[in-house]
Amino acid sequence: MLRTLLSEDLPKSRVLAFLLAAIVLALFLTPFLVPGAKAMGVAAKILVFVVLVASYDLLLGYTGIVSFAHTMFFGIGAYGVAIAFTRLGPSWGALAAGLAGAVLLSALLAFVIGLFSLRVRAIFYAMITLAVASAFQTLASQLSDLTGGEDGLNFKVPEVLSPAFELHPDPVLGASLDGKLLTYYLVFAAAMLLFLAMLRIINSPFGRVLVAIRENDFRAEALGYRVVVYRTWSNVLAAVFATLAGSLLALWLRYNGPDTSLSFEIMLDILLMVVIGGMGTLYGALVGAALFVVAQSYLQDLLRLAHGALEGVPVVSALASPDRWLFWLGLLFVLSVYYFPAGIVGRLGNKR
Amino acid sequence: MSDALLSLEGVETHIGRYHILHGVDFAVPKGELTMLLGRNGAGKTTTLRTIMGLWRASAGRVRFEGADIAALPTPAIAASGIAYVPENMGIFTDLTVAENMTLAARGAKRLADIDTARLEWIFGLFPALRKFWGSRAGVLSGGQKQMLAVARAIVEPRKLLLIDEPTKGLAPAIIGHMMDAFRELKRSGATILLVEQNFNFARALGDGVAVMDDGRIVHRGRMRELAEDEALQTRLLGLSLAAHQ
Repeated sequence: MLRTLLSEDLPKSRVLAFLLAAIVLALFLTPFLVPGAKAMGVAAKILVFVVLVASYDLLLGYTGIVSFAHTMFFGIGAYGVAIAFTRLGPSWGALAAGLAGAVLLSALLAFVIGLFSLRVRAIFYAMITLAVASAFQTLASQLSDLTGGEDGLNFKVPEVLSPAFELHPDPVLGASLDGKLLTYYLVFAAAMLLFLAMLRIINSPFGRVLVAIRENDFRAEALGYRVVVYRTWSNVLAAVFATLAGSLLALWLRYNGPDTSLSFEIMLDILLMVVIGGMGTLYGALVGAALFVVAQSYLQDLLRLAHGALEGVPVVSALASPDRWLFWLGLLFVLSVYYFPAGIVGRLGNKR
Repeated sequence: MSDALLSLEGVETHIGRYHILHGVDFAVPKGELTMLLGRNGAGKTTTLRTIMGLWRASAGRVRFEGADIAALPTPAIAASGIAYVPENMGIFTDLTVAENMTLAARGAKRLADIDTARLEWIFGLFPALRKFWGSRAGVLSGGQKQMLAVARAIVEPRKLLLIDEPTKGLAPAIIGHMMDAFRELKRSGATILLVEQNFNFARALGDGVAVMDDGRIVHRGRMRELAEDEALQTRLLGLSLAAHQ
């Protein structure tokens, strides 16, 4: 059962299996383990980024394509849902319409960009995606009638998913059983499903061809595989999964704006998460996203504690000031890349 | 030459500013093993890559079963029945031996679809592959990688095999093993174009021979005749058998 679910691609070491199980279990139980809006928000963000980072790894780690347009597809997903809810009202039909529209637009864009530019050398492809993504970002902030411009869009979701909806009047284990909790589990289920779908893809014959192309594209051609076609499909698939991740984010936040889903900072975050988790291993996305988002969200709190404890110690307390959290985050990444050049999961033996 | 499976007629190839092939003419008869010999830099590898469409011929024809394939894209050339084993082997080190083989079998989507009798025959040629079937190809030794590269080319019956220096860098015992495998391949009726530097290997296996120098074919004939004519060898290859041994 588990084997089939994971497409026969089981974690290669005990430590990794334990780590993955712990992360998934923690995410599943977060609303009850750590009550409060912040913890659930962090967990939901992790779930969304697991899908986003895994979809980017499909491109970078498995096919060997460097793209900077991944947040564009993420943004299309988020805007699709946001615009549909804003225009059509908070119904399931609007969600379906937004999803369908966004997925279609992303797939089409990825197909066109891929077909026209995946023939060129990797560095030029990266540049082209950078240009397209910048253009799209400008477009999104300029079309303010549709997208809400820099302010973004606040919208209502179907009633069952809104915080005002009560499943049961009394809280259970400190968590209130409301629409927000339902939304969390919807995001959880969707993220797991999408992740398993990607695992299936990379373990299919199609996935093997992608790895072959990454290693030696001439050789793959000589075996009779049309490299451009495979790269384009990989591009389209990655874009579609990123779009779905974006839709989940918008559904969770009930808001979308350029900084939440389109900014280049997110692109850099994705890159970091892929590298920390390990390129060419989907499980790396799970580990990378969990570590990164937790560090990003809680480092400041942690430093506040340390700063309080170290009050009066001259240099150290200044270093531990909560305002220095970015410095510590940076240091963490430098160390993790230095000690785990193949990523954490790569180090644990699951690289492909 | 009506029985030629593959024939090159006046093929010219440029790589960047360099003019590498200057009108290459030769044919590979069906069911034979044709050796392509020559010094380093004579254009042997470029000839194979041009046949495969990895370099484009700027003039001339490459005829395969009578049709000109010089303008076809590489995947189409592969699909028409030509398998290519490049000099650096080109196996996929991150994939397992089994996955490498499955990729090459285009008729098979999954491992289970590969013809078992044929697989057994291949295991008979290269027993090491059975042993390392589930291992990453990256952990194989040089000789085993070369065996995998050849095995991958024959996982399905192909009309023509292009093989570039299968003995390069291999230990003598493994070269002997490789020679046995090629003998068995010949018995199975395969048509092969083999680039080789090792004259003993070439002499033992070749039916026909073409010798290249400076981007041109300078000799065509039967391997047996070249093997018996030391003066010709010295003139064409700059070495004699005695000197080579």
